[in-house]
Amino acid sequence: MTERTLTLALMDPPYESANSTTALRIISAALQKGIHVNVFAYEGAVCLPLKEQMPHANPVKGTTVEQEEHPTTRAFITSLLQIGDGSPLLNWVSCGLCVDERGAGNVVDGVKRGSPADFFKMAQESTNTLVIPTK
Amino acid sequence: MPKYLLIESRDPFESRDTEFLERTATALKQDGHAVTVFLVQNGVLAVRKNARDSCLARLASAGVALLADDFSLHERGIQPAELQPGIQRSDIEALVDALVEEKTKAIWH
Repeated sequence: MTERTLTLALMDPPYESANSTTALRIISAALQKGIHVNVFAYEGAVCLPLKEQMPHANPVKGTTVEQEEHPTTRAFITSLLQIGDGSPLLNWVSCGLCVDERGAGNVVDGVKRGSPADFFKMAQESTNTLVIPTK
Repeated sequence: MPKYLLIESRDPFESRDTEFLERTATALKQDGHAVTVFLVQNGVLAVRKNARDSCLARLASAGVALLADDFSLHERGIQPAELQPGIQRSDIEALVDALVEEKTKAIWH
């Protein structure tokens, strides 16, 4: 069977748009189907895998951190990178200039630094490419 | 001839820029392309039978395939019985399958 690869370009920062959730769902579904996935994180999306993200309690509801089980995008990405650690492969590249602008270099293991040239190469070599822009 | 997969994530009652999708999908269909519109996130808010001036009925009449993400429907409390005729419940797995089909061009809106 021919190997298939899907490339996604993400731009939204975490916790702002349902686009991030949908993108993570697409990546998860593709990996479960054995499809390789490239992610090029651009602009605010370079903050999705930031290591410093912490789950929080909910003082309005009076729930603790443990009870709230607040999901972080860095935890989702860590899990996806573990699933995509071979075949299928998840290749997650963040735009280096966007990282530097935001001081967002402390990211979870497995996330690479790159440039839009990497995105161009990914798109050329993929079965298809989906750009999910900010609104 | 390429197939087109248009992914609509925006609420049509919030902004008129969703008319872009109707115009694009209709024009592509008239040119002879297979066109699928996948509704996700607030894009599913137009699927209800009682929705006024929904472009979805016109798209269905034009022969555009209309799919609505089950997760997004569920989040917004939209029941299967509320869907307009011509709209099929779907899921993210089906979207991935469509994305990796040969000669498919995907546009997110």
